[in-house]
Amino acid sequence: MTALRRLFFFIVSLFLALPLIVVAGVSVNQRQSLTFPPQGFSLAWYGQIFTNPEWRNALIASLTLAALSALLALLIALPLAWFLWRRIAPWANIFQLLGIAPFTLPPVITALGMLTFWATTGFYGQPWTAVISHGIFFVTLPLVTLSLGFSAIDRSLVEAAATMGADDKMVFRTVVLPLILPYLISGYAFAFVLSLNEYIVAYMTVGFTMETLPIKIFNALRYGYTPTMASVTMLFLVVAAVVFGLVARFGDLPKLLGAMSEDK
Amino acid sequence: MRREPPQRLVDYGPLVFPAGMLTVFFVVPFATMIAVSFFQRQQGGFYTPAFVFDNYARFLSLFFGKVLGFSLFLAIAVAVACVVVGIPFTYLLSRSKRNVQIVWLVALLSILSLSEVMIGFAWSTLFSRTAGITNLLVWLGLMEQALALTPSFTAVMTAMTYQAFPYTILVLYPALVRLDPTLTEAARTLGASPVKAFFTVVVPVLRNTILATLIMVFIFALGSYLLPQLLGRPQHWTLSVLITDQAIYQSNMPFAAAMAVFLVLVSLALVGLAFYAGRQKEAK
Repeated sequence: MTALRRLFFFIVSLFLALPLIVVAGVSVNQRQSLTFPPQGFSLAWYGQIFTNPEWRNALIASLTLAALSALLALLIALPLAWFLWRRIAPWANIFQLLGIAPFTLPPVITALGMLTFWATTGFYGQPWTAVISHGIFFVTLPLVTLSLGFSAIDRSLVEAAATMGADDKMVFRTVVLPLILPYLISGYAFAFVLSLNEYIVAYMTVGFTMETLPIKIFNALRYGYTPTMASVTMLFLVVAAVVFGLVARFGDLPKLLGAMSEDK
Repeated sequence: MRREPPQRLVDYGPLVFPAGMLTVFFVVPFATMIAVSFFQRQQGGFYTPAFVFDNYARFLSLFFGKVLGFSLFLAIAVAVACVVVGIPFTYLLSRSKRNVQIVWLVALLSILSLSEVMIGFAWSTLFSRTAGITNLLVWLGLMEQALALTPSFTAVMTAMTYQAFPYTILVLYPALVRLDPTLTEAARTLGASPVKAFFTVVVPVLRNTILATLIMVFIFALGSYLLPQLLGRPQHWTLSVLITDQAIYQSNMPFAAAMAVFLVLVSLALVGLAFYAGRQKEAK
C-alpha cells in the first residue's frame, strides 16, 4: 500500500514538475534556441532580466503594480473585516460578498468590466488604473485571511482591555493589531504574488501603454522565442515559493488554507 | 468589547472607504458592462448608447453555439479529471505528516500562482519538437523521431488540467483534512481494505463536497483564456478567448460585454448550486 501510495505521489509530482524542469533546462541554455537538454550552461538569460532595459522595465512595472495593488487590497479589506467583526450589521455582509465576487467569477469578466469602466471615464491606459483594478480584483485574499484572523481573536482579551478603559482605537492598536498581524502579512503576500502573475486584468486596463512581465512574455511569445521567458518564469516560481515558504515558516499555512476555502 | 450594532453615525466610519471603493470600482464597472451590452455598435470600434438586443441575438448563431458547447465540454472534462485524481491525492496528503503537507502546500500554491502565460509557455516547450517530451521518447527508443504535440486538443486539456489541479486540491483540502479519521479506522477494523474503505466511507461522506468542488473547478476552468490560444487551434477557443478577442482585436465592446454578462449568469447559477450543495452538507 505504501509503495502504491509513493508511486501515486511520484506520478503527480512528475506531472507537476515536468514542464518546470524543461523550462529550468532551457533557461540555462547557452544558445538562443529552444533545445532540451540544454547545450552548454549559462546564466546569461537571468542577467538579461536585469540588464535588458525592456525586461527590466517590465520587471519594475510588475513589482510596483504588485506592491501598490496588494497594499490597496489590504487597505480596503482591513477596515471592512474589522467592522464586520466589531459590529452587528447583517446588511454590511453585502460588501464582503462584493469583495469575494471578483475572485470567484472568471477573471475575464472583471477585466472587461474594468476596461469598459476606464474607457467610459476616459482614464483608459493610465498606469494607476491598473493598481486600482488589481487592488479590487485581489481584495478577496486579504479579506479572507483577515476574516479568519478576526474570528480567531479571543473576545475576552478585548473585553478585558475595554474594562480597563481602552477605547476602540487603543484596543485596535494594542490588542487587535498584534493578533491579526500574521493574517495581515499573509493576505498581503497572497495578493502580491498573484498580482505579479496576473495577465488579463492588467492587459485589458494598461496592456497598450505599459508592459508587466506576464504581458511582456505573451507579447514576446507571439514573435517567437527568447530564453529570457524561461528565466523570468523560473524567477517568478522562486519568488512565489520563497514568499509562501516564509508564510509557512512564520504562520500556520495548513490552518490558513483550511479555513480559506471554507469561507468561499 | 462585545459585538454591538452601530449606534452613532461615526461608527460607520470604517466602512466608508471599503464600501466606496468596492461600489465605485466594482459595482459601477459591472453596471457599465451590462449597460454596454445593450449598446449599439458603430463602425470603427465605437458604440453609442441604445437599448438593443442585437448583441444577445448573436448568441443564436451556430458559431456561438459551437464555442459555448466546446467551452462547457472542456471545462467539464478538466473539472472531472482534476477531481478524480485530486480526491485520492488530497486524501492521502491530509493523512501525511504535517511537514510533508506544508512542503506540498507551498509547492501547490507556487504553481497555482504561476501566470497563465508562463504555464502556457512551459507546456508549449514541453510539447515542442526541439525541446519537448518526444525527444525523451526517441532517446528511450520508443519513437522514431521527435515531433510537435501542439496545437492540439490534448495539449489544451493537459495544460488546463495542470493549471486547475493545484486549485482543486486547495478547495478539497479543508474538507478532507477535517474528515474524522475514526470513520476509516472503523471501516478498517471491520475488515475493509484501505481502497475499499476509501470508496465506501470517504467518498460517500464527501459527496456534497465533491459536487461543490466539481462546480468550483468548472468555473475556474471556464475562466481560462490563454491556454486555448497558445496551445490550441481556433476551434479550441473558449468563450473567455472569444470575449477577449471581440473586446480587444475586433473592437466590438457591446458584443464582448453581452458574452461576459452571459458568462456571469452561467457562473452565478453554478456558484449558487455549489453553495446549495455546501449547505446541504452542513444540514446533515
